[in-house]
Amino acid sequence: MSASSAGATGTTVPPVPPSLDAEPGAWESVPDALGHFGPFGGRFVPEALMAALDELSAAYEQARADPAFVAELDGLLASYAGRPTPVTEALRLAEHIGGARLLLKREDLAHTGSHKINNVLGQCLLTRRMGKTRVIAETGAGQHGVATATACALLGLECVVYMGEEDTRRQALNVARMRLLGAEVIPVTSGSRTLKDAINEALRDWVATVERTHYCIGSVMGPHPFPMLVRDFQRIIGVEAREQVLALTGKLPDAVVACVGGGSNAMGIFHRFIPDASVRLIGCEAGGDGLATGRHAAAIAGGSSGVLHGMRSYFLQDDDGQTKVSHSISAGLDYPGIGPEHSWLHDTGRASYRVVDDAAAMDALALVAKTEGILVAIESAHAFAGAFDVARELGPDATVLISCSGRGDKDVDTAARWFGVLPADGGEPAHG
Amino acid sequence: MTAPLRRYVREITVTRQNEPGARQAGAGERPATGALTDSSDRHPDRHPDKHADTDGPSRPGDGQQVQAQGTRGRLADTFAAARKEGRSVLVGYLPAGYPTVDGGIAAMRAMVEAGVDVVEVGLPYSDPTIDGPVIQEAVDAALRGGVTTADVLRTVEAVAETGAPALVMTYWNPVERYGVERFAADLAAAGGAGTITPDLPPEEAGPWLAAAGARDLDSVFLVAPSSTDERIRMVTEITGGFVYAASLMGVTGARQSVGAAAEGLVKRVRAVTDLPVSVGLGVRDGGQAATVAAFADGVIVGSALVGALLDAERSGSGLSAGLDGIRTLTAELAAGVRRPA
Ligand SMILES: Cc1ncc(COP(=O)(O)O)c(C=O)c1O
Repeated sequence: MSASSAGATGTTVPPVPPSLDAEPGAWESVPDALGHFGPFGGRFVPEALMAALDELSAAYEQARADPAFVAELDGLLASYAGRPTPVTEALRLAEHIGGARLLLKREDLAHTGSHKINNVLGQCLLTRRMGKTRVIAETGAGQHGVATATACALLGLECVVYMGEEDTRRQALNVARMRLLGAEVIPVTSGSRTLKDAINEALRDWVATVERTHYCIGSVMGPHPFPMLVRDFQRIIGVEAREQVLALTGKLPDAVVACVGGGSNAMGIFHRFIPDASVRLIGCEAGGDGLATGRHAAAIAGGSSGVLHGMRSYFLQDDDGQTKVSHSISAGLDYPGIGPEHSWLHDTGRASYRVVDDAAAMDALALVAKTEGILVAIESAHAFAGAFDVARELGPDATVLISCSGRGDKDVDTAARWFGVLPADGGEPAHG
Repeated sequence: MTAPLRRYVREITVTRQNEPGARQAGAGERPATGALTDSSDRHPDRHPDKHADTDGPSRPGDGQQVQAQGTRGRLADTFAAARKEGRSVLVGYLPAGYPTVDGGIAAMRAMVEAGVDVVEVGLPYSDPTIDGPVIQEAVDAALRGGVTTADVLRTVEAVAETGAPALVMTYWNPVERYGVERFAADLAAAGGAGTITPDLPPEEAGPWLAAAGARDLDSVFLVAPSSTDERIRMVTEITGGFVYAASLMGVTGARQSVGAAAEGLVKRVRAVTDLPVSVGLGVRDGGQAATVAAFADGVIVGSALVGALLDAERSGSGLSAGLDGIRTLTAELAAGVRRPA
């Protein structure tokens, strides 16, 4: 389908296609059977987990082809998660930036407040289909943990969430949310006590409980088939957005911009656009205190190829291959790696990646709040900050689609401290 | 299709299958980017190692082409000698660099003196996802102490001088980072017998097997109770020295009893290979060693030995007490493998 032929019809909003309905196209063929995106991906896990990964691959393949599964998932996405999420044109924001039209894909309006619910509903339905009764998850910001706890409550599954002790402090409200939803939250005190260590701990749990437990990974990462499976469950973001943008503007966007932690909202909004050669795909990695300081979470810009958490991809690591601790004000982007398909998109040149540091992201968060009345997640604010530059580079004739991956309720405390707007602070901004 | 899209799609489906040796896309043929440049284009020198590795990363699919190693390495002699004595081989694990590099070497020597036949020299790693709390604690301490891959190789050299085969037990990333060829060469030069690589699956092991095979290093791979017979066959075909049978589904750590699944797993392995089979995970005392020795060619002990060192550190009694603890436990385990129960 080319831009012009699709655009010519676009006056009414077409029906949203089913989430797992694969359009024919060669790009559907990646990854290969062993889960490789070029040199990246694969399955670097202990032999004990191989059977479970094979089981998951087989169950997913069957489920994808089963109209009843697809119908149940789409039913939940519509009636429970609130899909399709709208696309909002950010007029005042665009005027302020002085560049391209800005369109926001509003995943912040999905149930639980971020795109994470799309993946989790799919994986929890798969869990039930495999006859498993217990779900474990890792979480950084807590959004994936909250989404998993939510889906488990809905489907009657036992739920255990591993969260780095440091993150349980940064995101205390989400810990409470998960507990209210009936999940057990286990603070992880090993290693650096952040997201990467939560993943380590979840993997340790999984190898011992795999017979009845599904590990619901929260991003497009981990051993095959997770990067593919999570991408497919998130792909709905771009499938919807493409139709919505065509209906709104009559043409494809010139760029799609998303923040990248593991990379699931980015993969989700990118994937449907991959064959649309005119559409620039741009991921924004977390720059923390700045790339030059070494205190960041930019795996592509500041890392190198390696193997961690079951996959080959780009990681922050030292000369001995030890993982470096990442830094970002955003707990959801504070991970020293990136999903393997992003590494491949980067190496092939089909997508490009930029770095957005803490300060730029927080400025964007404040600007979006004041001009559009939308308080976005700090993760998503990285996408906005990157998109502002893109919008200026492309100019007023262009359209930039931004993945507004989540809402900022969880971040009010962090943002209030950053800007010094708590009453106790006397209203004196600490930054900006 | 545009060049980037063609690359994104094609190199996987075509290049990979037809030309197993030809990959490493990326570097030379990066497409020109459009109006928007990305971070790496602006800073091509920031990660010079990233695109054009010389000897890594490994190439998927190569595993199938690699020949079985059989029993040509040094471990074969150790297992043959024990079999002649009518006993099992005792394999002991300790991480290099704990409590210090020299302290670790002393502890491994003490193990050998007290009756360990094969030493697993652990390469400390920041993300030990297959290890329980005991080994994690020692490894974290070793890393805080600054242990490097070079220190691990020095430890191997010191152990090899005792005459006991030394295997490096390592997560895959440090090897890839060091360089697959370079690691194999330096390990062989240090007198090492081979490696155990628990998170390197046969599907990804091709380059390592080639590098190790060229230097007569044994590459030990694991099977687990969940392994299908088909996978057991795949693993044993590329394994050298002995097959490592994980006694249970779980991480490393001493346990009250060795998994009941172990004996059945050993039987399933024996059905497809003549290689010796060693059982690890959970063994902590002489009684358990004797139980396992009754059905396995080798008994692997890790956390219990590491625990002896940790206990001494925690109680502040120092390395010599730790070495005493190692000697006492090793002697008990060595007696265990000599009286199969
Ligand atoms: C709102 C939001 N956006 C983005 C992310 C980053 O994850 P990913 O890169 O997988 O989309 C998170 C993770 O917690 C999140 O909560």
